[in-house]
Amino acid sequence: MCLAIPGRVLDISGAAYSRSARVDFGGVIKEASLALAPEVQIGDYVIVHAGVAITRLDEEAAQRTLDEIANLTALDQAPD
Amino acid sequence: MRYVDEFRAVDSVQRLAEEIRKTTIQHWSVMEVCGGQTHAIMRYGLQELLPEEITLLHGPGCPVCVTPQSYIDKAIEIALLPDVVFCTFGDMLRVPSGDSDLAQAKARGGDVRVVYSPVDAVEVARVNPDKDVVFFAVGFETTAPANALAVRRAKDEGLTNFSLLVSQVLVPPALLALLSQPDCRIDAFLAAGHVCAVAGLDAYHAIAEKHHTPIVATGFEPADILRGVLHAVRQLEAGEAFVENSYERAVAQQGNKTAQALMMEIFEIAPKEWRGMGVIPASGLALNAAHADFDAERRFGAIGAAPRRDCGCISGAILQGVKRPPDCPRFATSCTPDNPIGVTMASMEGACSAYYQYREGGSGHER
Ligand code: SF4
Repeated sequence: MCLAIPGRVLDISGAAYSRSARVDFGGVIKEASLALAPEVQIGDYVIVHAGVAITRLDEEAAQRTLDEIANLTALDQAPD
Repeated sequence: MRYVDEFRAVDSVQRLAEEIRKTTIQHWSVMEVCGGQTHAIMRYGLQELLPEEITLLHGPGCPVCVTPQSYIDKAIEIALLPDVVFCTFGDMLRVPSGDSDLAQAKARGGDVRVVYSPVDAVEVARVNPDKDVVFFAVGFETTAPANALAVRRAKDEGLTNFSLLVSQVLVPPALLALLSQPDCRIDAFLAAGHVCAVAGLDAYHAIAEKHHTPIVATGFEPADILRGVLHAVRQLEAGEAFVENSYERAVAQQGNKTAQALMMEIFEIAPKEWRGMGVIPASGLALNAAHADFDAERRFGAIGAAPRRDCGCISGAILQGVKRPPDCPRFATSCTPDNPIGVTMASMEGACSAYYQYREGGSGHER
């Protein structure tokens, strides 16, 4: 139940505790509740656990992480 | 950005592994808390990319595995009652208890149904008003929001035939319990990123400080796990111990406030028994007084003590990182995923199952 992979929100329906979405997990499309992720919009990537979106993925933060990794070996010493 | 391939890129993995090698001087044991991370470590052979000074210990973070046997016994008992529909995640079906499991309860006529979400179990209750529908609510902070949402929706719809058999556990008190053991070998934790995404990082500061142990919130892809290790090793080599967020794209310091609010509307913090670790204070969730009507233990009797059954399984020690699956003489001989003796083999996310699938000659290799 815990191998949660990111999925992309395709559309949104309902409101409040019935707010839900169809989410594309790399080609497998499943229904997920968005009741606890009110900020999520169509096109966002979310992590879904037990059918409920628990967090939205932040693209800027992801890019910062990737940039940081790409820069690692450009430096001779461990950056700190 | 697809948030998957980018964090599996060979180039990134190699850069991180190289950086860890450059950073590491002393010997360190780093525990990944979550079974999903254990799985990724085995699947991508990440231990082999690390310098030999670094040992990865596998933690108690498989919710199926830490659910005590007494709860499995109770689940089987309820599932066999007439006019009950017992709903569960598929992972729980093969968890052995004595010589039975939920799959056998189903074969013996119990109405056991696998659902993907507790919210689906509410739907089962809605269309079966003449049945008592029980959902086996196991999990960490990651599934607690879904279980809380199920109760809230059942309540809003006025359903009186829905209840939860609750075995909800909380991670921070378990980390504290592990660190408090006299023979503790853990130098740093990779905290489970999705648990942190729900609950935030606040609860970890006191633990990191008290035991001078770095705690690094870490994701689940190969680059995420190595980056978590790198950040932990940097702290260790510098003699530092603080809470660090290495899974920034998914984890906010405060976690998911909406989910936390609903969890605390439905549940309260309670002492909880963990398999292999005994009762840990304030380490679980129970339905609060306002939602006691949704408690399956109220309807079907409280969970008792399980009879002691000694089957030679060392999953208790494995869940605490004290032993590894190959240390068990039954591993991959008499104990396999098709015929699991213990819970860490029966659960997909258990350490024994991860070692089995990705062992030399196993089916799951992908490196
Ligand atoms: S291999 Fe089987 S018997 Fe041995 S510890 Fe793992 S689950 Fe238990």
